[in-house]
Amino acid sequence: MHTSDHRPGAQIQGSAVFPHRHLTGISGLQPHEIMFLLDEAEQWVEANRSRAKSDKRLEGLTQINAFFENSTRTLLSFEIAGKRLGADVVNMHAAQSSVKKGETLIDTAVTLNAMRADVIVIRHASSGAVRLIADKVDCPVLNAGDGWHEHPTQALLDALTIRRRRGSVAGQRVVICGDILHSRVARSNILALTALAAEVRVVAPSTLMPPAMDRMFVTPFTDFDAALEGADVVMMLRVQNERMAGGYIPSTREFHMRYGLTPERLARAKPDALVMHPGPMNRGVEIDSIVADHPERSAITEQVEMGVAVRMACLDVLTRRSRGVEGWA
Amino acid sequence: MSSILFRNAQLVCPEGGISEGDLLVQGDTIAGVGQIDAPADAEVVDVSGKVLAPALIDLGVFAVDKGACRFGGIARVGLMPDQSPVLDDPGIVRRAAVSGKPQLWVHPLAAATRGLEGVDLAEIAINASAGARAIATGRHWIANAGTMRKALLYARDLNLTVVAHAEDGGLADGAVATAGETAARLGLPSAPAIAEALAIARDLMLAEETGAKLHFRQVTTAAGFDLIRAAKRRGVPVTCGITPAHLLLSDIAVSDFRTFARLSPPLRDESDRQAALAAVVDGTIDVIASGHDPRGPEAKRLPFADAEPGMAGAETLLALSLTLVRDGRLSLDKLFALLAAHPAKILGLESGLLKPGLPADLIVLDPETPWVIDARKMNARAGNTPFDRLPTQGRVLQLYKGGTLV
Repeated sequence: MHTSDHRPGAQIQGSAVFPHRHLTGISGLQPHEIMFLLDEAEQWVEANRSRAKSDKRLEGLTQINAFFENSTRTLLSFEIAGKRLGADVVNMHAAQSSVKKGETLIDTAVTLNAMRADVIVIRHASSGAVRLIADKVDCPVLNAGDGWHEHPTQALLDALTIRRRRGSVAGQRVVICGDILHSRVARSNILALTALAAEVRVVAPSTLMPPAMDRMFVTPFTDFDAALEGADVVMMLRVQNERMAGGYIPSTREFHMRYGLTPERLARAKPDALVMHPGPMNRGVEIDSIVADHPERSAITEQVEMGVAVRMACLDVLTRRSRGVEGWA
Repeated sequence: MSSILFRNAQLVCPEGGISEGDLLVQGDTIAGVGQIDAPADAEVVDVSGKVLAPALIDLGVFAVDKGACRFGGIARVGLMPDQSPVLDDPGIVRRAAVSGKPQLWVHPLAAATRGLEGVDLAEIAINASAGARAIATGRHWIANAGTMRKALLYARDLNLTVVAHAEDGGLADGAVATAGETAARLGLPSAPAIAEALAIARDLMLAEETGAKLHFRQVTTAAGFDLIRAAKRRGVPVTCGITPAHLLLSDIAVSDFRTFARLSPPLRDESDRQAALAAVVDGTIDVIASGHDPRGPEAKRLPFADAEPGMAGAETLLALSLTLVRDGRLSLDKLFALLAAHPAKILGLESGLLKPGLPADLIVLDPETPWVIDARKMNARAGNTPFDRLPTQGRVLQLYKGGTLV
């Protein structure tokens, strides 16, 4: 039995199993706390597949989704998650154009707090912005992505996808390929997957590789083919167009040549290796359509499905204290 | 003419060493040091058990902050040209030069280039006649090597030191942390530590070729110290400084996105910090300065990468530097060379020593007094210190500027 399958959560009762007020990142979470959130998410996977999906446990609570950076799918996922739990969900779009960078962040936080939000979901373009807000408000704060720092619910949904498809996260060889340097998805996944005892390989041209990767307990590769040998999971990251402008890579076609996930490349991984992508995809750049749409290998739509379940679990768990749930109040 | 006789002091002089004795001030000048009979009209101040030392000269502050300087025992500051407006015009330089008087003497470091834009030379000679004691590149290096060379050549003609910022902008622009584990974990834009050594290597070659005096305001990396150590051995007229923060903190202080620890150059890896301590001991580092840059919440209560760099350091400069003495790395007189005598020399000032004929810029210091640094109760214009709540030791009891109690 792998160590990460150990669940102290099964013995610990109430808030002791998840003693955190906010979810600002995977950093700071114990392996059993991550497992607890994944276990909590399982029930919502089943519930979401049934015809009547609504639950009333967050009824009367106000959930504010404060998105300082444009997002479609993450915002939608958090909105659906809140609504399925019965919360009153309000979306605040404050993309960088209207709220000048950072300037009114604290004021915004104080304003949201004064409106008596019961849970706040935040996305912001600057690393550390969510922690800054979390320190200023009285309700739980969920990080929906801050700069290059963390995107914890993405890592949780990825871990849940892997666990359901591969039976366990522990011992899996997971290859994360793409713009590691600027990716909060990569950072949160590295922290979550290594905490759950997966073997993580990160692949990028050296211009897109952060420093000191070995200190985060992952193995860096510049050669995608070499990294793919024996892989159980291949997780591709989105290449953003502004990286070309920044001179990190010469062109999308060159990136595709070295790091695009083609069927030939995928053949180097295990025959049943799973293909993942946080979306939105650049088809033909980091991933070929034939791979992305592969009926058995691709878990990309399943990741989206797991996203709603994981976010429902996080919203439920983080509001238990204020809802007075027995053992959590 | 009024006179003051300090009796039974522990005299600490960067040149004369540490001794027990008296010091006589007449008017604004030190009149005698040693065993002195009190003149009939002298006010006698018994400072038994206390240190009497030169007042600090803080080379390279970004704000004229009298309250912080008074608390920190600083009688003179070298003011960086990064003001609004930039110190690149004689009227502005002259106004800056008198902005702290009488208790704080401000020595402007005039901009090396117009508007600090790194393109055209500023009117260096005119600004020097208006009171500038050196010229500086400001918060950034001069990217164009040709322009930097011209600034050095021109400054050499006028016997002025060029104060340079040692970070290669091509690497460091946009970065807010040093490349390493902390920056990687926090997802912060970072530059490799060699950004500093690259800039130092270029400017050292230019200084060696032109013969100009060059001072790097802050050097913080092992590679940078190695270059300067070797250049000094070759006889290059180079000096360098550092802040207590870079001597006492590593980039781990940035964890939790603490914007008060966002500095320029950034806090470095622990191995660089150890190299800095060694460089203080072996004399590679000439100056310890505060880099005083008070910043309010509008500049600091922001996400880390959006916050402005800088710390309020003037009032903690001496107490934190005394750590080096308590740890046995430096003697007290050596420390005052770094805090007073060397900065005076770089600025061309007759000051920084306990020597007859020099201005009576003095502090009475109790190096043992314990106190706790508290960001909410600073004398500085803002409390942005990375040392908040740190217990420390050493307090200035009195500060004299030109024989007058401040």
